[in-house]
Amino acid sequence: MKSESRLIDLAIRYGFLVLLAGLVVLFSVVAPGFAGAYSAVFIFQSVAITGILALGVTCTLVVGGFDLSIGSVATSSLMLSAYAMVVLEMSAVTAVILCLVMGAVVGLVNGILIVRFKVPDLLATLGMMFLLIGLQRIPTEGRSIATGMTLPGGGTAEGTFSPGFLQLGRHRFDLFIENLLPAPVVVFLVVALAIWVFLELTKHGRLMYAIGSNERAAGLAGANVNRYKIAAYMISGVTASIGGILLAARLGRGDIASGNNLLLDSVAAALIGFAVLGAAKPNAFGTAIGALFVGVLLQGLTMMNAPYYTQDFVKGAVLVIALMFTFALSERKKSGGH
Amino acid sequence: MAVCEIRHLTKDFGPNRVLRGVDLDLVAGAVTVLMGANGAGKSTLVKVLSGIHAAGGGTVTLDGAPFAPQSPSAAMRAGIATVHQSIDDGVIPDLDVASNLMLDRMAEPGAALWLRGRRMRAEARAIADTMQLDLDVSRPVRDLTLAERQLIAIARAMTREPKVLILDEPTSSLSAREAERLFALIDRVRDQGVAILYISHRMSDIRRIADRIVAMRDGVITGTFTEKPLDTEGAVTAMLGVSMTDLDLEPATPGAPVLTATGLRLAPDAAPFDLTLAKGEVVAVVGLVGSGKSRLASVLYGLERPDAGEIVLNDTPYAPESTAEAIRSGVFLCARDRASNGVVPDFDITRNLTLPFTARHSTGWMLRRRSELAATRDMIDRLGIVCQGPRDAILSLSGGNQQKVMVGRWLSQVSEVLILDEPFQGVDIRARRDIGAHIRETAPERATLVLVAELDEAVEIADRILVLHDFTIVADYRNEGLDLGAVLAAVSGRPAPEAAEGTHTV
Repeated sequence: MKSESRLIDLAIRYGFLVLLAGLVVLFSVVAPGFAGAYSAVFIFQSVAITGILALGVTCTLVVGGFDLSIGSVATSSLMLSAYAMVVLEMSAVTAVILCLVMGAVVGLVNGILIVRFKVPDLLATLGMMFLLIGLQRIPTEGRSIATGMTLPGGGTAEGTFSPGFLQLGRHRFDLFIENLLPAPVVVFLVVALAIWVFLELTKHGRLMYAIGSNERAAGLAGANVNRYKIAAYMISGVTASIGGILLAARLGRGDIASGNNLLLDSVAAALIGFAVLGAAKPNAFGTAIGALFVGVLLQGLTMMNAPYYTQDFVKGAVLVIALMFTFALSERKKSGGH
Repeated sequence: MAVCEIRHLTKDFGPNRVLRGVDLDLVAGAVTVLMGANGAGKSTLVKVLSGIHAAGGGTVTLDGAPFAPQSPSAAMRAGIATVHQSIDDGVIPDLDVASNLMLDRMAEPGAALWLRGRRMRAEARAIADTMQLDLDVSRPVRDLTLAERQLIAIARAMTREPKVLILDEPTSSLSAREAERLFALIDRVRDQGVAILYISHRMSDIRRIADRIVAMRDGVITGTFTEKPLDTEGAVTAMLGVSMTDLDLEPATPGAPVLTATGLRLAPDAAPFDLTLAKGEVVAVVGLVGSGKSRLASVLYGLERPDAGEIVLNDTPYAPESTAEAIRSGVFLCARDRASNGVVPDFDITRNLTLPFTARHSTGWMLRRRSELAATRDMIDRLGIVCQGPRDAILSLSGGNQQKVMVGRWLSQVSEVLILDEPFQGVDIRARRDIGAHIRETAPERATLVLVAELDEAVEIADRILVLHDFTIVADYRNEGLDLGAVLAAVSGRPAPEAAEGTHTV
C-alpha cells in the first residue's frame, strides 16, 4: 500500500519529464538527424512564440482566470507592427512600443470587464478575441500588409520593415556553434525566466497564487484581488503582443492568415504544464516544458515522415493525457494522503 | 403522535463526529423548533433527513417504517420535504409560478412529454388556492419578492403531500411583515396535520410559531421544551451550554484605550452604542446568529462601512476603506469559517501563515523564504501545531491544527487590535485550549476582540464579555463571579434589569 502510493507519487512528479526524455531518446534512435544542435534549435524555434503566449496565459490561470484573446492579440500585434512600419512609415522602435502598449491596453480592458463589470473570464476574453479579429482587418480592408500594396484610399504603401526589426525574428546568436541561437528563442527563454521568477519568488506571484486558490481568503488577508487580476491580464496581453512582434519579424509581412493556431497551441502548452513535476496548478516551468514537449513530439513525428495533418490530433491526445495525469492522479494522492 | 422518530442518529465527517446520537420525535400537526449554535449539527441533521447525507448510525422511522433515503428525491417520495435556507435552491427564477409549483410533477418518471400550459396553470392555481397564496401563477418568479419566493418554495414542497416539512431558517432574510405571511402559511400547513421541523435563531419567530422547542449542542439534543408557556430562556441555556470549565482566569486590568467607537450604528434601525477596547484586554462578544457579530467584525476590518458612528484608533480617526488599510493600521481579523475565508488549499503551512505579511518577508519584490520558514517554525512551536514541518500541505493537517495555523497567521505579527471571529469553530477541546491560552498569553501587547457562539468559550478566554442583540450591545460584564443566567437572558433578548448596569457581579 505504502510502496504503491510512493510509486504514484513518483509517477505524478516525474512522469512527464521521464516521458519527455524517453521521447527524445526514442526519436534520436529512430529518426536519423533528430539528435543534434540544429534539430534542437529548430524545436526551440518552433515553440518559441506559442511558448511566450503560453507563459502569459499561465499568469491568468494562476489567478483563477483564463485568457482566450491571446491569439488575436498576437495577430493584432503582427498587423499593427506591419501597418505602423509599412503604411505609416514609422520606425521599428515606435512600432514595437505601439504593439506592447496595445497588448497592455487589451489586457487592461479584459481585466476591467472581468473585475468591474463581472463578465465571466471566458466570455470577456472570447468577446475581445472576436473584436480584435475584426478590428485588425478594418484598416486594410481585410488584406495582408506588404510593401507596395495598394492602400484603401488609393496610392501605394511605401514603407518597409526596417532591417533591425526583421533581426528580431531572424538574427541568430553564436553559442558554441556560429549562428546557432535564433533571437525568438532567446526572447522565449528570457520571458520564461522572468515569469518564473515573478510567480515563484516574488510576493506578487505568491499573492496571485493565493487568489487563484482561495480568492476570499486572499482578500481577507489584505491582497488587492481586483488589481492583481487586472495585472495578470495585462501581463498576458503584453506577452501575446511580444509573440506577435516576433512573428511579424520572422514573416516580414503583415500576413492576415498567420497565427491561427496560436491560441490553441499555447493554451495546450499551459495546461500540459499542470502535469509537470506534479504541480497540479499553472506554473511557468511546466508551461515551458509543455511547449517543448509538443515541439519535440511534432518534430520527431515529422522526421519520421508522419503526415502534417496528424499534428493536431497528436497535440490533442497529449493534452488529454496530461490533464488525466494532473487531475485523476493528484486527486488520488490527495485522498490517499490522510 | 410522533410521525418521525429519530434514535441515536450519528454522522461522522472523517475524524469529526458531527452528530453524536440524536434522539428526536417530530409530532404531527405541531411545529418543532430546533435551536443550536453554529456547528451544533443542525444542518447536518437536516441534510441526513432530507437525503443529502447518509446517516452514520442509528435509526429513523417515518410512520413506523424505517427511513434511510439514498437521495433527496427518495426522501421526498418517502414523505420528508425540505425547504433549504437559500431560497433560490427552492425555486427557479426564470420560470413562472405555475411551472415552479408543478416542477416536481414534471420531473416524475412517466410524466407527460408535452406541456399543456392551460392545464398546468389550472392545477397550479388549485394548489395556490389551497395554500391561500394570493399570487398570479403566470408571473415569472424572478419578479416576485423574496418572501413570495419563500412561500412558493413551501407550496412546492407541499405538492408532494409530505408527512414532515423541514424549514431551514426560512425567515433569515425576511422583514417582520413578510415573515407574518409566512407564519400564516405555516399555520395552515400545521392544521393539515404535517409535522414541521423549523430551524431558526430569531426569538420572535420562535415565540410566534413554536409548539415545541428542541435545543441542540455539540451533536446531541440538550433540551426538549413542550410545556406552555415555552421556556425560551431555558432553551437558549441548553443550546449555548454552560458546562463550566475549571479554568482559572484572572481578569486583567485594562491598559490605555486602543480603539474607541462612539455612536456606532451597525444597522439603519439599530440603537447606536459605544465600544472601547483597551490594551491588554481580551473582550468577548456573544450573541445569537444574526445579532450582528460578523457585521461588527466587518466594520472594524474595513470590509463594510458602519451606518453611523466614529471610530478612533490610538487617537487618530479610523475609517478603513479596505482590508489592506486595516492591516496597515494594525487591525487584524482572523475570519470565521476557515475553509472558505482562511485556508489557501494549494499552499503549504508556511505560505498560509505568512499570506497577509508577504511584504514583511520580502526585500523589494523578492520573498525571503528563510525568513518565512523561521516565522513558521516559531509559530509551530508556540502553538503546538502537530505536523512534520513548515512545508507540509495545509490540507494534510487536522481541522484543529489548520485552525491553529489560521490564528497563528495573525499572531505572527504585532497588532494594535486583533479580532478573532469564531476562533474555536470546529476544533476539539485540546486545540481550543492551546489557541485560547496563546491568545491570552500574547494579549498584553494589544487589544483583543473575540466573537464566539458559545458562552463557555467566552468565559474561558475573556476579561470582559459583551452581549450583542439586534445589532447593538445590550450588556457588558467583567468576567468575574459572573451570573450566567443574566448573561443568557441578555443573549436571548431580555436583559435582566441589573444586567444593564454594566458592572454586574454576584
